Amino acid sequence: MAIWADKNTRVIVQGITGREGTFHAIQCRDYGTQVVGGVTPGKGGTTHEGFAVFNSVREARQKAGANCSLIFVPPPFAADAIMESADAGIELIVCITEGIPVNDMMRAHDFLRKSNARALVAGAMPSRLIGPNCPGIITPGQAKIGIMPGHIHSPGPIGIVSRSGTLTYEAVGQTRAIGQSTAVGIGGDPLPGTNFIDCLAAFESDPATEVIIMIGEIGGSAEEEAAAFVKNNVTKPVVAFIAGQTAPPGRRMGHAGAIISGGKGTAAEKMATLRAAGIHVVEAPSEMGSKAAEVWKGRR
Amino acid sequence: MKVHEYQAKEILRRYGVPTPRGIVAENADEARAAAKELGGRVVVKAQIHAGGRGKGGGVKLAKDADEAAELTKKMIGMTLVTHQTGPEGRVVRKVLIEEALNIDKELYLGITLDRRIGMPVVMASKQGGMEIEVVAERDPSAIHREPIDGVLGALPFQARAVADALGLTGDAYKKCVDFVQKLMRCYIDMDASLAEINPLLITKEGGVLALDCKMNFDDNALFRHKDVVEMRDLNEEDPLEVEASHFNLNYIKLDGNVGCMVNGAGLAMGTMDIIKLAGGQPANFLDVGGGASAEQVGNAFRIILSDKNVKAILINIFGGIMRCDRIAEGVVSASREVGLPVPVVVRLEGTNVELGKEILAKSGLPLITADGMWDAATKVVAAAQGK
Repeated sequence: MAIWADKNTRVIVQGITGREGTFHAIQCRDYGTQVVGGVTPGKGGTTHEGFAVFNSVREARQKAGANCSLIFVPPPFAADAIMESADAGIELIVCITEGIPVNDMMRAHDFLRKSNARALVAGAMPSRLIGPNCPGIITPGQAKIGIMPGHIHSPGPIGIVSRSGTLTYEAVGQTRAIGQSTAVGIGGDPLPGTNFIDCLAAFESDPATEVIIMIGEIGGSAEEEAAAFVKNNVTKPVVAFIAGQTAPPGRRMGHAGAIISGGKGTAAEKMATLRAAGIHVVEAPSEMGSKAAEVWKGRR
Repeated sequence: MKVHEYQAKEILRRYGVPTPRGIVAENADEARAAAKELGGRVVVKAQIHAGGRGKGGGVKLAKDADEAAELTKKMIGMTLVTHQTGPEGRVVRKVLIEEALNIDKELYLGITLDRRIGMPVVMASKQGGMEIEVVAERDPSAIHREPIDGVLGALPFQARAVADALGLTGDAYKKCVDFVQKLMRCYIDMDASLAEINPLLITKEGGVLALDCKMNFDDNALFRHKDVVEMRDLNEEDPLEVEASHFNLNYIKLDGNVGCMVNGAGLAMGTMDIIKLAGGQPANFLDVGGGASAEQVGNAFRIILSDKNVKAILINIFGGIMRCDRIAEGVVSASREVGLPVPVVVRLEGTNVELGKEILAKSGLPLITADGMWDAATKVVAAAQGK
């Protein structure tokens, strides 16, 4: 077991003939992921590096039986790619693209809500978006759907969810001896498709996951909302690190943005809230793995 | 991206949002001519990317064109210090000459993204002229929040709720409803991340105008707003940060003495945190991105070293797709090219890490290698302290 991605996941790559798309499609295939083709409008019917290329996601779904899409489309066109996948009934949409305008994502989320409502009525599976601006999702030994280095992962009981790419790798590196059930990068954008709570809920009901590592950062209030969720709904131990304890206030976040979150958003406040919810908060990023191992051994 | 008040108002006018009449001036003569055109009695407003200008002496009333010229002469070239500029202040290069109006009420109106609900929200308060953060702290109930659908824009009933919350009646009420809808349209169409009207002015004659305006834009959407990109004023940005942006390096200068070079924003923040935990102070945030080629590492070295406070540098790279041996080669060749006046601690992790460390060790350069983030942090802090 794992969450959302496993050896049966059939992946297509949107933007497969681009440089990034090509490189990572091959890397994912080499890892053992079922990459069943790619989409580049206008290049349908050809093959690229051994991958069947389709003109549209709808066509890829019909002809190759894809149920997951990995998006490398450039920022101006990425929201359209997400919506196209949702419309085609793709269940898992992983968007790697960094730099999508907020307004575009607002439209994409709106579209997803409506298309998921239609799916509900039709008795079909809804779409889950992971990202954008994220490393993707990996279930070690089964499927790598993203840009993370596959070889540092090993199958095991630690579930990882993170807003940061390289800090996810850091956590994976530190838990190499025990291994991971699934690692999800939810991305650093202000409007992510999948949030901490979605991942925490999925890890809680996943038998393969025994301990959860959650990596947050300053800004917004996603960590505070996650803390409340953990307190009421998660029985498995959670280890957390919040990046940005030394970040200067006021950079990147506009003043008015800071007040919306009710004065929240600093690392110190987030850490205190997480601790109050019974989460094992570590101060140094180097302690994520050792704390998870300690908690995991204590549980056995 | 931020713009000046006069630029933000230019954008507002395109959407029919009323503003006072105003003309930009760069010297006394231009100011005199502008004031004459505007009827003599004007306000001279220093144009810098920071709030609190009034208290710092950057907003002055002139009774006639000569006084406007006199005030402009004093203001241009002066260093304006406000609570938002920091102690170093900002040099004033332009002023906005604006018609003076008869103030009845000063209110507050702001739009920004509420991340929790994924929608823009209009904030309105009767306490105009005061910073919204201060209002929020003293009396949060004094702020009305109206979430708006980013696709539909401000619906009439929502704009009415805002005007109601501001306590307006009659003609001013109607004008405010129109103002809110137009401002929201502008915010959405222009891909703004902040549109703050503080104060929103109600004149004695019943007019509703944006007396001041602060606008920030979504950097990711600038590709479709070339006109906004042309408004960028590099004088308002830290020169090192501007230079870094030319190399696609995400750099933010801080006050400490330990320079950092890291791949990934989260790991870069985590590295700053662990330097602090080890007893040091980070000199910067720097994300070299996924590539970390020799050229990028060289650029990053030059930028970090142009901050004279830097006494040691920590390079923390998690080599994922990029192999550690390639990164090590990059670090070595960049070090040779730039020359290293301060100790450099290198922590590599990931693919081919042993090979990477070997390359660093054999280089003959004074590079200190580290295992893990904590080891790296303690070594670099010791090096910065001259130990």
